[in-house]
Amino acid sequence: MSGNGATNPLRDAQDRRLPRIAGPSGLVIFGVTGDLSRKKLMPAVYDLANRGLLPPGFSLIGFARREWEHEDFAQEVYEAVKQHARTPFREEVWQQLVQGCRFVQGDFGDDQAFETLKATIEELDKAQGTGGNFAFYLSVPPKFFPKVVQQLKDHGLAQKEGSWRRAVIEKPFGHDLKSAEELNKVVHEVFPRDEVFRIDHYLGKETVQNILALRFANTMFEPIWNRSYVDHVQITMAEDIGIGGRAGYYDGIGAARDVIQNHLLQLLALTAMEEPGSFHPKALVAEKLKVLSAVEIPEDLGKHTVRAQYTSAWQGGEKVVGYLEEDGIDPRSKTDTYAAIRLEINNRRWAGVPFYLRTGKRLGRRVTEIAVVFKRAPYLPFESGATEELGQNALVIRVQPDEGVTVRFGSKVPGTSMEVRDVTMDFAYGESFTESSPEAYERLILDVLLGDANLFPRHQEVELSWNILDPIEEYWDKHGKPAQYAAGTWGPVEADEMLARDGRSWRRP
Amino acid sequence: MKIDLTETTSSKINSALVQARRDIGTPAIGMVLTLVIVTDEENAYDALKSAYDASHEHPSRILVVIKRVSRSPRSRRDARLDAEIRVGADAGTGETVVLRLHGELVDHAQSVVLPLLLPDAPVVVWWPEFSPADLAGDPLGALGQRRITDTYAAEDPLAALSGRAAAYAPGDTDLSWTRITPWRSMLAAALDQQRVSIVSATVEGEEDNPSCELLAMWLADRLHVPVERKPSNGPGLTSVRLETKEGAVVLDRADGGLATLRMPGQPDRAVALKRRETAELLAEELRRLDPDNTYASALKFGVSRLAASASASAAPAEAAEAPAAKPKPARKATAK
Repeated sequence: MSGNGATNPLRDAQDRRLPRIAGPSGLVIFGVTGDLSRKKLMPAVYDLANRGLLPPGFSLIGFARREWEHEDFAQEVYEAVKQHARTPFREEVWQQLVQGCRFVQGDFGDDQAFETLKATIEELDKAQGTGGNFAFYLSVPPKFFPKVVQQLKDHGLAQKEGSWRRAVIEKPFGHDLKSAEELNKVVHEVFPRDEVFRIDHYLGKETVQNILALRFANTMFEPIWNRSYVDHVQITMAEDIGIGGRAGYYDGIGAARDVIQNHLLQLLALTAMEEPGSFHPKALVAEKLKVLSAVEIPEDLGKHTVRAQYTSAWQGGEKVVGYLEEDGIDPRSKTDTYAAIRLEINNRRWAGVPFYLRTGKRLGRRVTEIAVVFKRAPYLPFESGATEELGQNALVIRVQPDEGVTVRFGSKVPGTSMEVRDVTMDFAYGESFTESSPEAYERLILDVLLGDANLFPRHQEVELSWNILDPIEEYWDKHGKPAQYAAGTWGPVEADEMLARDGRSWRRP
Repeated sequence: MKIDLTETTSSKINSALVQARRDIGTPAIGMVLTLVIVTDEENAYDALKSAYDASHEHPSRILVVIKRVSRSPRSRRDARLDAEIRVGADAGTGETVVLRLHGELVDHAQSVVLPLLLPDAPVVVWWPEFSPADLAGDPLGALGQRRITDTYAAEDPLAALSGRAAAYAPGDTDLSWTRITPWRSMLAAALDQQRVSIVSATVEGEEDNPSCELLAMWLADRLHVPVERKPSNGPGLTSVRLETKEGAVVLDRADGGLATLRMPGQPDRAVALKRRETAELLAEELRRLDPDNTYASALKFGVSRLAASASASAAPAEAAEAPAAKPKPARKATAK
């Protein structure tokens, strides 16, 4: 009576202990010698294996220019895992993983190397039973995308009868609308739309997924989640580091293109969208597209946007150089390392509620958060002076580093007089140990292998985001030059003035 | 921070907890559940250590109920409650109260525990070693919506399994069942890959390990085929073999760490199937607090029926192999 073809008799919807395990498959990483691969991808693969979520026989192929043997590659993976994996190192998990480790040496223009890659994939299908299912992770600078994608097509690697082939690409997805459309065209010519996964690692974070749970699983937030109660929303992503060794990539791109276009607009979409009919990828993306197309930029861009560069200063006990003095940066560069913009959403729920987005490098500390700030109570029946220290109620979703949710509200200060002051109520995610808070890349790699596209921005979302940012970048290009802020502070005074014009102020995150 | 209270009461403990939290300056902690551990002096240390580790994933108030043995008639008459309160760095991520019950109070532990439960949060009761026959009917067990036992620690594990099945109430669960989750998920994943018709199955493992029985009963319950239970030297479970017409699907773990998955027409593959610590088992157990119906269904299949099905199938299964292996006689055998 067992296994009559349609259903697996050992699976049962009621059996919720059994995790989702990906089917037979493998992962090919291009640019495997890079930082991302060493610090995030390889450890994530190990962590998945350690949690028992990878299929038996899972294979990992590295592709790079370095002259390595399979053993050298395995050694490299070993060290990356030892150093960066989240879960403890276990020999037996490593033994499982190492059997499927292969390395292919070559340039992206090298036909021979891609033939070797094809042979390696076929060999793994036989030796490891990967069933021809492979995901190609393009951890390479975007200028190589067309080349690699074309090579995959030319060597018949992009599609295979009876199994899946997927492409995984990292940001940046272009640097403006036009280049994004071109990139999408190149990739979609080779891989079907549904098989292209764009990684925005923010969407893999537990707290970001928790925005959906917070909003749609509870009754207490939804009634006030609109223009009647919300005064404004601040979405912040601050970094305390400079541009490090990324001068070549960063100069000419800047903070707005690097962060606002993808991460912050995705967070805005999740915060502001209507309830989807289901969590099916199509339903979710439809709601995100709706809200992104309702976003409107301010008419007077000079007054409601700010860009800036950090200058040399003392930051957290260290003296750091300014952006223009960084190695490899043109001293006359106009690239922004800080950007703040005001957006509005034209729909019934949000009309008139400003969304302030800001991001920057060398700010006070590393933090990402969404703060929904509520209107003041319409009438305060207290003596004058009693509520002087009372601010606005706020709900803050902390995305990183200390994941959690904070609610700020007024409370009476103990004592004989009536005095109301702000207090906070805090929810923090559990830390460390076994399964708590998996790394974003673990979740995303697993979803790629399972073919679940929910946490990946679709090409329309990417194009809509550029649509929002392009006019701002154009304006910045033509008008004036970036403001300045001392490294280690919370941005330029111009940004404070921008909010002061609206009668508001930035939160100190 | 550690506070010792001798000859105390629940309300004194409660106010000491509030005071302790205030003193270390963390008035509210996001505790998600109350974990009641019912144990004796010997096992309390290990159980509490596992609970601390699990509390990193599930911040909880841990109440350890230690029933002291009274050795004289006078001490049996004397009822006394001693408490040791640990808050902050000494207590995992939540707070811990170790309760020592003396004399007559031993029989009224629920009266001490009830006032100490967190408001509006789920309660889980865990018996690391000895557990009462009827968990839901036990005064302490009745307080919890999840009741965790471990038949592995029982004197006679097979009898314990039958006992658990007879007295099962929704919310009961067994760490021996938790131990086999990785095996079950790997077997389910194997069948995801190949939709094959299974004729019979064999589970091999340590003799006194109830996990083997539970896995065998789960297979018998889900697959409706005869399942044979074979003893081996361990450690733990050593292999599962699912016979199909095309060949056998075998998950083989000889050393308690790295297993091999063999499937017809496919290369052998290595699979990490590590044996897990109690803390990890507990953490998995606390992740879901609703009744585990799959466990109930497997448990109720019954150890005796498993033994009967295996011995009955030995003959008919072989006979059935010749004429195109009809699953029907096998099914009848399991239905006995």
